[in-house]
Amino acid sequence: MSDFLHGGWSVYIAVATVLGLAGCLFLLVVASRTTQMAADNTTGHVFDGDLVEMNNPLPRWWMVLFVLTVIFAVVYGVLFPTFGNMPGVLGWSSQAALERDQARALESMQPVYARFAGMAPDALAADPEARAISERLYVNQCAMCHGSDARGSKGFPNLSDGDWLHGGSHEKIVETITQGRQGVMPPMGAAVGTDEDIRNVAHYVMSLSNTPHDAARATAGKEKFVVCGACHGADGKGNPAVGAPNLTDDIWLHGAGEAAITAMIRNGKTNVMPAQAGRLTPTQIDLLAAYVGSLSKTPAR
Amino acid sequence: MSGSAAVEVFDDGAVRGFTIAAVVWGVVGMLVGVIIAAQLAWPELLGGIPWLSYGRLRPLHTNAVIFAFGGCTLFASSYYVVQRTSQVTLFAPWLAKFTFWGWQAVIVAAAVSLPLGFTQGKEYAELEWPIDLLIAVVWVSYAIVFFGTIATRRVRHIYVANWFFGAFILTVALLHIVNSAALPVGAMKSYSVYAGVQDAMVQWWYGHNAVGFFLTAGFLGMMYYFIPKQAGRPVYSYRLSIVHFWALIFTYMWAGPHHLHYTALPDWAQSVGMVFSLVLLAPSWGGMINGVMTLSGAWHKLRDDPILRFLIVSLSFYGMSTFEGPMMSIKTVNALSHYTDWTVGHVHSGALGWVGLISMGTLYWLVPRMFGRTTMYSIPAISLHFWIATIGIVLYIAAMWIAGVMQGLMWRAVNPDGTLVFSFVESVKATWPFYVTRFVGGALYLTGMLVMAWNVWKTAMSGRPEVVRVPLPQTATA
Repeated sequence: MSDFLHGGWSVYIAVATVLGLAGCLFLLVVASRTTQMAADNTTGHVFDGDLVEMNNPLPRWWMVLFVLTVIFAVVYGVLFPTFGNMPGVLGWSSQAALERDQARALESMQPVYARFAGMAPDALAADPEARAISERLYVNQCAMCHGSDARGSKGFPNLSDGDWLHGGSHEKIVETITQGRQGVMPPMGAAVGTDEDIRNVAHYVMSLSNTPHDAARATAGKEKFVVCGACHGADGKGNPAVGAPNLTDDIWLHGAGEAAITAMIRNGKTNVMPAQAGRLTPTQIDLLAAYVGSLSKTPAR
Repeated sequence: MSGSAAVEVFDDGAVRGFTIAAVVWGVVGMLVGVIIAAQLAWPELLGGIPWLSYGRLRPLHTNAVIFAFGGCTLFASSYYVVQRTSQVTLFAPWLAKFTFWGWQAVIVAAAVSLPLGFTQGKEYAELEWPIDLLIAVVWVSYAIVFFGTIATRRVRHIYVANWFFGAFILTVALLHIVNSAALPVGAMKSYSVYAGVQDAMVQWWYGHNAVGFFLTAGFLGMMYYFIPKQAGRPVYSYRLSIVHFWALIFTYMWAGPHHLHYTALPDWAQSVGMVFSLVLLAPSWGGMINGVMTLSGAWHKLRDDPILRFLIVSLSFYGMSTFEGPMMSIKTVNALSHYTDWTVGHVHSGALGWVGLISMGTLYWLVPRMFGRTTMYSIPAISLHFWIATIGIVLYIAAMWIAGVMQGLMWRAVNPDGTLVFSFVESVKATWPFYVTRFVGGALYLTGMLVMAWNVWKTAMSGRPEVVRVPLPQTATA
């Protein structure tokens, strides 16, 4: 469908809008002229034996209400963008209004965050005020996926277990929050081999973390694991540089067991963490990263 | 019928069928509504069975109450009214019969396909393309029967109720065909021919006019026949009916964009939707005034006529929700109300209060006459139904108003550090008592409908269909 880019469309719709409003008033004027249709103040028509219509005049207050709404429409239309792409006299636009509101909000937030600029991650995590703000930021922005307790769920990483797909340093967490992440496991069925090979590799993968597995299959699968090693490492310990999970730690983001693992090998998976840049200020991200980083350190304290 | 000796009778077969179907589908649709209201309060109620999940039952509820209950009432009343006020039998009676069975087939197809998960994803237009085609065929047949009857009428003028029925039939055909235009890619899968914001605009042009024409113009047609008939009073003002008819059908067409405030829709289109929604206030109230003032000089009848009570109270709810609607279309009000349960409350004050009550009043008029009686089996049961339904509506809409305003305020509350004061789930938790109240209100409304179903059953069993002769006009000048 075309996007109505021609300027004529704007004129067309503006004219239609004005004529529409004028038409409402015209209708009112025509109908308010008193014309008697029959001597008994009815229309003189009778339907279905006894259905009669009186021809009472339009209630005055109702006509005033009607005219007032039309006047409001015209005044509003002159002040705000209404008639085609004619800007309103006030120069208002929803885009500008949003930007103004955002700028105001940023400005009013400034003093709250001023104290935290340049503070070290450990100091931020220990500061009660910074921690309180971070908790609120977490509940606002992160909890819907990672859970209120930060323990995640299937497909959404646990942030409190010290297992970091993309690295757990403060800088790496800031990077993850700011830019988001795309975790991609390509479908590997063809590269691994037959259905038997895939099952064997799955059992080998389970053996890495010593979860219950078929030892014979695991041994048979070891050789085929080579293709997985490109990302997950020959020892299966993963590679944070490409976001490849550690397969030896018995943490299963997308499900444990043979069925889940063979499905993952066959179909692959794309998992997305959305970027928060633009939603949060760099200082807010700094606070949040310090807080998230501290979650897995808490038990050691 | 140029003076033929054959006796012409009113063709009430389709009217009778649609009348009974309306009551049956009313019970079904409202029951599904009560179930999904319960699901919002107790999400695990149905054990996570996919076919019975909220996302699939919700469109089943809306389709059942709007198109099955509301639709059957509209078919029944329009076929009844157009014959009586035109003093002629239905045009193409076989086609009228087809509209009955065709419409029932649409309803059954909806009841099967929606729980199975087939949907176009357009609100109030979820049904997939094969069912859409059937709807189009049935609707065009409906138009042929209705306008054919008007064209062969024996009275010179067209009664005001028929203007509204006619506008409703024509416009719904236009709305349905334009909005449902889609490219089929499988037996039960299609893609809309529109894309992006234009798709959204077409959808809400349809959606709001579904309210304006399906749920308003058609029911105003009922109002203009059954209120003066039941009250035994003349319609208040012919002139008012002319102005509010033309202003209503013209203005409704523009109001759709108010569903898309603060979206990618251009600012001017949002403004046009808002100002015309405000202009819509007076034309809407015109209908209410004309109906309520028809009672002037006969107010005492409200005391002992429960059917009239249904009809008049429905107009009060109509006036209330057509005041609320324009207010909610104002951008700054909408910024608070949009996406909250206030919208749900608004819709239901119109749906339960206006559409529901006037339908029930109309059906209480039609049912005895379809079975050769003058009154329903039990008059106290009508009264009981009225009070249960009214209390149910008040509980429902008051709960949703409070919940909606609360949600809007909670969502926009911001701390000095820029974070939200409440997470989303906190607003859900705070809404819970209101969800339970709404469930109770809905259950009461359904109970009223069950009382009606019993009363209709008893009436039908104790009467028998009667053939009614078309009274030939003594003079041609009526």
